Amino acid sequence: MPSGEKIKICQQCGTCTGSCPTSYLMDYGPREVIAAFRAGMIDKVVKSNTIWLCTSCYSCTVRCPANIKITDLMYELKRLAIKYDLLPKDSKNPAMTKYFIDNVSKYGRNHEVGLMAKFMLTKDWGMPFRFAGLGLKLFTAGRLPLAPKQIRGKEEIAKMSAYLDAQEAKAQ
Amino acid sequence: MKYLYYPGCSAESTGKAYDISTRTVMEKLGVELAELDDWNCCGATSYFSTREIDSFAIAARNLSIAQQQGDDDLCVICNACYTTLAKTNRYMAESAHVYEQVNGALNAVGRSYDGTKPVRHIMDVLINDVGLEAIESKVTRRLTGLKVAPYYGCQYSRPIGSFDDTEDPQTMDRFFEALGADVLTDFPAKLKCCGGMMMLTNADVALRLCHEILKSAKDMGADVIVAACPLCEMNMEGYQPRVNSAFGTDYNIPVMYFTQLAGLALGADPKQLGLGMQAVSCAPVLAAIPA
Amino acid sequence: MAEEKIGVYICHCGTNIAGKVDVEEVTRWAAEQPNVAVAREYKYMCSDPGQDLIKQDIQEHGITRAVVAACSPTMHEPTFRKAAGDGGLNPYLLQMANIREHCSWVTIDGDAATEKAKRILGAQIHRLPLNLPLEPIEVPVNPNVMVVGGGIAGIEAALKLAATGKKVYLVERDPSIGGHMAMFDKTFPTLDCAACILTPKMSAAGKEPNIEMLAYSEVTQVDGYVGNFKVKVTKKARYVDIDKCTGCALCTEACVVRKVPNEFDQGLSKRAAAYIPFPQAVPLKATLDPTRCLTLTGKKCKQPCVAACGPAAIDFDQKDEEIELEVGAIIMATGFQLWDPTPETRYSYGKLDNVISSLEFERISNASGPTGGHIVCKNGEPPKSVAILHCVGSRDENYQEFCSRVCCMYSLKFAHLIKEHLPETEVYECYIDMRTYGKGYEEFYKRLMDEGVHFIRGRAAEVSDVGLTPNEEGHLVVKVEDTLLGVTRRLPVDMVVLSSGLAPRADAKSTAQIFGFGCSANGFYLERHPKLEPVSTVTDGIFIAGCCQYPKDIPDTVAQAGAAAAGALALVDNATVKVEPTISYIDPEKCSGCHICVGLCPHAAIQYNEEKGVAEVIEAACKGCGVCVAACGSGVPQQRGYLDEQIFAEIEGALAL
Ligand SMILES: Cc1cc2nc3c(=O)[nH]c(=O)nc-3n(C[C@H](O)[C@H](O)[C@H](O)COP(=O)(O)OP(=O)(O)OC[C@H]3O[C@@H](n4cnc5c(N)ncnc54)[C@H](O)[C@@H]3O)c2cc1C
Ligand code: SF4
Ligand code: SF4
Repeated sequence: MPSGEKIKICQQCGTCTGSCPTSYLMDYGPREVIAAFRAGMIDKVVKSNTIWLCTSCYSCTVRCPANIKITDLMYELKRLAIKYDLLPKDSKNPAMTKYFIDNVSKYGRNHEVGLMAKFMLTKDWGMPFRFAGLGLKLFTAGRLPLAPKQIRGKEEIAKMSAYLDAQEAKAQ
Repeated sequence: MKYLYYPGCSAESTGKAYDISTRTVMEKLGVELAELDDWNCCGATSYFSTREIDSFAIAARNLSIAQQQGDDDLCVICNACYTTLAKTNRYMAESAHVYEQVNGALNAVGRSYDGTKPVRHIMDVLINDVGLEAIESKVTRRLTGLKVAPYYGCQYSRPIGSFDDTEDPQTMDRFFEALGADVLTDFPAKLKCCGGMMMLTNADVALRLCHEILKSAKDMGADVIVAACPLCEMNMEGYQPRVNSAFGTDYNIPVMYFTQLAGLALGADPKQLGLGMQAVSCAPVLAAIPA
Repeated sequence: MAEEKIGVYICHCGTNIAGKVDVEEVTRWAAEQPNVAVAREYKYMCSDPGQDLIKQDIQEHGITRAVVAACSPTMHEPTFRKAAGDGGLNPYLLQMANIREHCSWVTIDGDAATEKAKRILGAQIHRLPLNLPLEPIEVPVNPNVMVVGGGIAGIEAALKLAATGKKVYLVERDPSIGGHMAMFDKTFPTLDCAACILTPKMSAAGKEPNIEMLAYSEVTQVDGYVGNFKVKVTKKARYVDIDKCTGCALCTEACVVRKVPNEFDQGLSKRAAAYIPFPQAVPLKATLDPTRCLTLTGKKCKQPCVAACGPAAIDFDQKDEEIELEVGAIIMATGFQLWDPTPETRYSYGKLDNVISSLEFERISNASGPTGGHIVCKNGEPPKSVAILHCVGSRDENYQEFCSRVCCMYSLKFAHLIKEHLPETEVYECYIDMRTYGKGYEEFYKRLMDEGVHFIRGRAAEVSDVGLTPNEEGHLVVKVEDTLLGVTRRLPVDMVVLSSGLAPRADAKSTAQIFGFGCSANGFYLERHPKLEPVSTVTDGIFIAGCCQYPKDIPDTVAQAGAAAAGALALVDNATVKVEPTISYIDPEKCSGCHICVGLCPHAAIQYNEEKGVAEVIEAACKGCGVCVAACGSGVPQQRGYLDEQIFAEIEGALAL
């Protein structure tokens, strides 16, 4: 992460947490995430609900007086959590993330219907019912096409990923 | 005036109307859009969560195609796509490591990219290239008296902030003033988060965020909320009934892509603007604009 | 080249140098260099015993040249040159080799530092045989002093100097002296009434025969050098004859233009186009605002001011007047400006009523302010709750990175004033760190805790007027994380005070340029040395005091003003001053009279001699900047102490290793 070392100069001022639209639900607010990072107690945070409640709104990032890229840090932690399988039991976000990526690596584009369908079938049985009214409206309005769009260069996505896998393996 | 055009995945489904209305508006304004050849998903917020470098790489594939396809700037309509693509440029410039890794990945598929293709949000193009005067001169149906709540959404100017302020953006306000609307400039939820993808995974969180935005709009007497991002539009409009049932409210506020409302002002046929696709009816807006 | 005996003196500077550089090794090496007669090392070369080493070697070993390898020459070159002089050597036969700032402090690897130290030292050893003895130039000193800026710093410095019998010109840009302090009601931590302690000083300055007050005036040009500055001052037209004006203010009452925002009240009240900034103004004279007066802006006016003025002081034809003054020393006391919170849009300053700046709060809490000292919201009602937000624009990489030092304390003062006026009102202080560093300050903080002020450790995220619950409805809402609780709070309040930092004046850079010194990276005037010469600038004879140097409280400002006055006095109390002889000279035999250097000299120190057809350096005006040396196509101007052959010898020495 470019300029990640900046977390050393965090003032613990709380501007990030105060600006975060979802911090009230987080086990640890963004400020505490930085503190945990510095204290070497990041495992706690990675397992918490915090990172999965980050909406990537960048409110924290643009206001941080130390110019710490907090949103990027949240991404970093999501990566760690997925990589080491440190996912909170009841959270649905990690699955969503995973399906999204599967989707894109397969077709080159995100197919929203496919994404929702897969997500509903595996992670959220109640959702189709809650979603039914809206889904039907969207469908009849032509906003939910059933067939995924595929790009010609779709295998490029997988190849690039494979290259980066190899790079990462080499680095380790 | 010519641009390469990146519609983004949503333009093919939930955000179809954004794409349709964009093409219509740009045509009315004499701006030519050439769709980017064989573009792929920008990666959005999810991709950043796997391996950061993957997200830059797949975004860079688009930018490398853009560079090949022509010298025109790349015009983007979705806030998230815009931020992802612009952020890729920024990080490639800031970090030699990112630059090398991205090019390594691109080379593996016979491509390369130098990090310099200008990525432009459609509003940036409208305000700074087309110009408000030119736009105003093409208005056939001024939006006189229409109370418009300009909703920018998170990734419009955050974190890039290259064409508008990160805390107090003004471009959409000026744009709709030029179209004659009564813009609610002090709309306090301008930049508040709608919850984004969280609507699918943590609905109660996202619904609450939408509730705050809708409440602000209602308190200010907005006739319509305009959005510049498919996800924002979807959450605030498509999920309005669920906000109502969750919070016991009775919001019935039309939410439109800003291009749809602009299209009306420029005299486009509602059908060319994808107006039938809304879950919350836009009929009151259409009725409110003087013909 | 004559046989020279060079003495080499290498300083450890404690561990500052010796911690990185192998001083013993460098000494051993130096002893073997050509012309070197002795090479010594010592823990602190600048101490008395260290300096004595040099003196002794001159006297006992017949040393003819010396080099001290130590810190920067700006630090101790004068010290060591004086030691050489005391030992009987011409001071300019001693050179410094900077192996601290240029070497040990900036090199990570010890071996590399040792090698670099040798090269830096070798350069000086190599050039020393070419050094020529020089004599300082002695010039007379003008005993007058100019003080620029009439805030508490400038007033204090002027009074101190005047008391010693020196003539002082006090130049103030505004119509009255007083600066920021004149706006305050009370001052922390003792809560003295600001007017009670400032007004006597202002009027003393006004009455002091040794002080010539030049209010509503600005310095436009400074020439000359230490002891002999020539300063051009523009006295702006007041359109009032100040010899006739009695300060009765009848013109201000008569004036028909009544809606001019009063800058002294931060725009919270209105004044007339004919105005006296505040009742205690010094000088107590009226001024016609040239941008608002109808007559002066070419509009029609019955001119009731003229009719109202008994002594017929109003003069619409008055013009700006330029005067030229000669002084021996200058004290800069131009102060600060409040950081404008508008760019910090998340706090809604200028958008929401009742979000106010700290200076606005000073005015509304001031008994002679726009509300008569009643702390009230825009609607005239006293606030039931107030949030004071610290660090606005401060400690922030996006705005001002530094801490302004006084804002925590003035915020506490505000809390106290609110509690004093409105005991039932809740006060919240949202702070990052509470900095109460001065005498009596921590005690003041404790007192405020005891008074029931709510302290929330967290920097406010935003201020809005969006109420989400009935008890927020109709209030301002401050969103802030209470970092000690780890809870984000929403504070519904009636008033928000933004405690902005102190910023350098917008024109600080251009003002500094006029006077020929510089600004620090943060924009405040640059002192010669942060610890040992905090009130001097790099320009001899020009001193700085107060908030123009860096934000500080009144006690520190006054102390600095005294120090600057003492510095100036130590200079102008002498009949003469010695100036550095390292200036430029032009060999009339070689000069072709092309004029190139004449126009380029930034100090107008080169004149063209028509008779001889050559350029000549005016010794007293030359500052030794070297511009002419670099500019001349034939290399004629040479700077003493920096001759071409000396510099080439240094380069050879540095590369010789
Ligand atoms: C809201 C607030 C409250 C404060 N409360 C306290 C307190 O309670 N106790 C305390 O100890 N400190 C307090 N301070 C700090 C205090 O204001 C400063 O320490 C003090 O005012 C510094 O005085 P000064 O003379 O250096 O600068 P200033 O007061 O700024 O005076 C500078 C003067 O120079 C003039 N000037 C500027 N440029 C030029 C020019 N180019 N030519 C001619 N004249 C020029 C200006 O017009 C002004 O009159 C407070 C500060 C603020 C912002
Ligand atoms: S806003 Fe920045 S400096 Fe403040 S607590 Fe958050 S990360 Fe640290
Ligand atoms: S980017 Fe994430 S952590 Fe930062 S404010 Fe937004 S939701 Fe909170």
